Amino acid sequence: MELLLVVVLGLLYAAGIFLILRRSMVKLLLGIMLLGNGTNILIFLLGTITKGKPPVIGPDQNVFQDIYADPIPQSLILTAIVISFALTAFAIVLLKRVYALVDSDDLDDLNTPEEEDL
Amino acid sequence: MLFTILFGFLSTLLLVPLGHKIKSKWSMVLPLIPASLFLYYLAYVPAVAAGSTFSQMIDWVPSLGVNFDFRLDGLSLLFCLLITGIGTGIFFYARTYLKGHPYYDRFFGYLLLFMSAMLGLVLSDNLLLLFVFWELTSISSFFLIGFNNEQEDSRKSALTALTITGMGGFFLVAGLILIANIAGTYQISGLIYSRDAIIQHELYPLALGLLFIGAFTKSAQFPFHFWLPGAMKAPTPVSAYLHSATMVKAGIYLLARFFPIMGGTDYWSYPLMIVGGFTMVYAAVHALFRMDMKAILAYTTIAALGVLVFLLGLGSKDAIVAASVFILVHALYKATLFLVTGIVDHETGSRDISRLSGLRKVLFPVALAAGIAALSSAGLPFTFGFIGKDLIYEATLHTEGNWPLILTAVALLTNICLLAGGFMAGIKPFFGPLPQAYEKLHLPPLSMWLTPLILAVLCLLFGILPGITGDFLSKATANAIFGAETHMHLKIWHGFNTVLLLSAITLVVGTLLYLINKPSENKLNAVARWNKLSPQYLINRFTDGVFKGSTLYTNSIHNGYLRSYHLKIILFAEALLIYKLWLSGPIQINWDQLTPLTIYEVAVVIILLGALLIVILTPSRLTSVVSMSVIGYCICLMFVFYSAPDLAMTQFTIDTLTTVLFVLVLYKLPSFLSLASPKQKFRDMIVALGFGTILSIIALKVLYEPVSKDTSNFYGENAYLLAKGKNVVNVILADFRGIDTMFETVVLSIAAVGVYSLLKLRLKSSEKE
Amino acid sequence: MRSIILQTATRYLLPILLLFSFFLLLRGHYSPGGGFVGGLVASIAFVLHSFANGTEATMKILGRKPLSLIPVGLGLAALSMVMPTFFGLPPMTGLWFEEKIPVIGSIGSALFFDLGVYLVVVGVVLTILFTISLTKD
Repeated sequence: MELLLVVVLGLLYAAGIFLILRRSMVKLLLGIMLLGNGTNILIFLLGTITKGKPPVIGPDQNVFQDIYADPIPQSLILTAIVISFALTAFAIVLLKRVYALVDSDDLDDLNTPEEEDL
Repeated sequence: MLFTILFGFLSTLLLVPLGHKIKSKWSMVLPLIPASLFLYYLAYVPAVAAGSTFSQMIDWVPSLGVNFDFRLDGLSLLFCLLITGIGTGIFFYARTYLKGHPYYDRFFGYLLLFMSAMLGLVLSDNLLLLFVFWELTSISSFFLIGFNNEQEDSRKSALTALTITGMGGFFLVAGLILIANIAGTYQISGLIYSRDAIIQHELYPLALGLLFIGAFTKSAQFPFHFWLPGAMKAPTPVSAYLHSATMVKAGIYLLARFFPIMGGTDYWSYPLMIVGGFTMVYAAVHALFRMDMKAILAYTTIAALGVLVFLLGLGSKDAIVAASVFILVHALYKATLFLVTGIVDHETGSRDISRLSGLRKVLFPVALAAGIAALSSAGLPFTFGFIGKDLIYEATLHTEGNWPLILTAVALLTNICLLAGGFMAGIKPFFGPLPQAYEKLHLPPLSMWLTPLILAVLCLLFGILPGITGDFLSKATANAIFGAETHMHLKIWHGFNTVLLLSAITLVVGTLLYLINKPSENKLNAVARWNKLSPQYLINRFTDGVFKGSTLYTNSIHNGYLRSYHLKIILFAEALLIYKLWLSGPIQINWDQLTPLTIYEVAVVIILLGALLIVILTPSRLTSVVSMSVIGYCICLMFVFYSAPDLAMTQFTIDTLTTVLFVLVLYKLPSFLSLASPKQKFRDMIVALGFGTILSIIALKVLYEPVSKDTSNFYGENAYLLAKGKNVVNVILADFRGIDTMFETVVLSIAAVGVYSLLKLRLKSSEKE
Repeated sequence: MRSIILQTATRYLLPILLLFSFFLLLRGHYSPGGGFVGGLVASIAFVLHSFANGTEATMKILGRKPLSLIPVGLGLAALSMVMPTFFGLPPMTGLWFEEKIPVIGSIGSALFFDLGVYLVVVGVVLTILFTISLTKD
């Protein structure tokens, strides 16, 4: 039901925002991922959602005979999911490098790096 | 004409690759550039004196009225000759003055740039083009004034000059556009036909005021005068060039150029006479208290500029004639005095007139040049200054109404002070006993003292035979400014009349003043006490205030904490969204259209929310990562429920891989620390929940809005017919929107290469490990 | 993380999963599936193998650096995009072979495009994961 998705996306956003307001880099990353998921659901809701009718034309038909789920948000989200994986991967590796350099997960430690860390 | 301007710019560019060459013997080429331009413009003198003008028009952006229009008339020609003529001398002089300087080539680059900008300024016949060159002179003079950029003083002075003249530029461009809008043309020579329309327009005083501020900042009129003494930090050739013939005269040029278009009204006359009159007295008196030769010259320069503004304000025929002659008079003697100061400074290492004396014994040709220039500035008979001074008195005396007495008194006072100041800088260092310390001095090479000597000789030559310039160049200038025939004829001898009497008074009182006035530290300090009231002090306070304000702003907004930026951005977005939502009316839900609720959905959502709570609350990294994957799988199930099998598969696999990735990298890291206070957490929670609620409301409103399905239907109907595929999502990705997918794969590749290089890259500290 | 059970299982799982991923790729035009999903499943197969047997062993099976798959995939996708221009058609026009092949259906340029995407995805995912697991810190 749509209202359920509305609640889920609101809470995903709220949790994401809460996490990006933290000092920890890992939490920042988790927050960004949650925001991404929330956005996916928001896009999904923009096309009216349909149950049990995937946008796949039946085996013996050449055109749709019945209503079908909106394919455009789906292809947008598919792209978004894959891209956000690439982004997450890059961010995780960046985080790993930063952790190796400053030996801390605290964003504030990046503001005043010690000389020998550079 | 265009090529003369481009010539300078191109030479500047050429200096970049060839700069190191000119440090050696090739430096002789440099003075040839302005010299050839000087000869080029000299050839125009007879034709322009006969009354012709020359113009050249090249379209640039005709639709905006911005064109490369150039026009050469008497006024432009005088300035062109000053710029290139004195420029030649300066280039010649600076070659020796700066010999061995590490940035020799850079200096000449700036100088050429400045010269070309000045030429462009005085030649342009288009308001916007004029403004472009106006700004170019400000910028290039910034480089020149701050040339000794390792000194803090020098940088500060350059910045002050740029701030003041740049600020004036803003006012100027506003004024110019206003004028163009009133007149309907950007062509300066065309404005003259709209003179009546401009003067009677209700915005005329405003346009005039903006124009004046531009001119006053550039020509260092009170209260914007203080950048000029500061600009003395520049190398002496620069001071000589900027303050005798070019930069500061640009404002005078602007006023003279607009005199026939907008001048002659009360709105024009009173501000100029008051500001010019005040500036000339103020600066001339100030000059008497200075001990630094350059500072004396700076203040007398301001006073001379005041005189010019004053004369242009006066606006009578006599005044215009006086102004057009005085521009040349001042340029000649002031350039000489500056260059002499440079030589004295170069040889003795001091510019303090209380210490310098008797230098004529060692620097005779220099003393000769300085003496002639000082006499010309004093207005002694048989110097060009005498003629200039006569004309000024003539102009003030022949003013209509009750004014002549007051105006003449003001002019007299200024001239007396100027005379004393000129003597202080030009005579004092060379007479009297020679201190022992300076006995071993020897004359600098010819190339340094030749320029001031030639200029001084010109002062004398024009003074004895005023017809050389008066019947040709100055006449054409005066006619161009006045916009009508002035019947100018310069004479040495006017007979015994009031003017001669005034000259005599000036001479006697000024000389007495020079003999009595002994500038000292005490007097300088006494003057300095008044500085709290000076515009410079006030503007400095203002600048400090701006700096403090921006520091405060930076510290509160740009504090370097990412989460604080996030917080501010989110709060701002929330405010905007709430405002828009408020306007959009109440939420409506169409209960009939909603899909039915099933128990599976509720169960999945409950699991999802539980996982969400764990992600936020758990202190363990691993738990949070596992909960993240639970959230992902729940979303995957949602996609299954709502007819998106492709999404479900992709989400499932991506989620698996992300978890693997997290575990690979993060399993070693320690637990989360609790870094925030409960209060902060509570605040963030409110902000976050607020944002989530807003997004939910937006989603609800979207649900109610009718959505256009045209594109989706097109894809759905044609997936098989056009693209021979039955899975519409995949057909969109691989066929309809294939280019998007293509670039998506490129993005993926970039991410992979980024990760690869990030990990293979060995930073210094990792090598230590 | 080495376990005999997992090692034995992956010996069979790897080919099966790879086959499945290929199946997803090929049928993508007709039923749910396609280059992205196929590539992701294939990557998971290799990742699973590397968990069980170590990344070096997986690299040995792969025979080459996964990074080298990326240009191959990009090249293939780009080629299938510009291919129609050789026949005087605008780029990205779908080209199809006449005969149908059982299970897969028609073969056309879109399939080669999807194959390119598949290779890029495998290359990207394996590059990221293997680089991380092979980097010692």
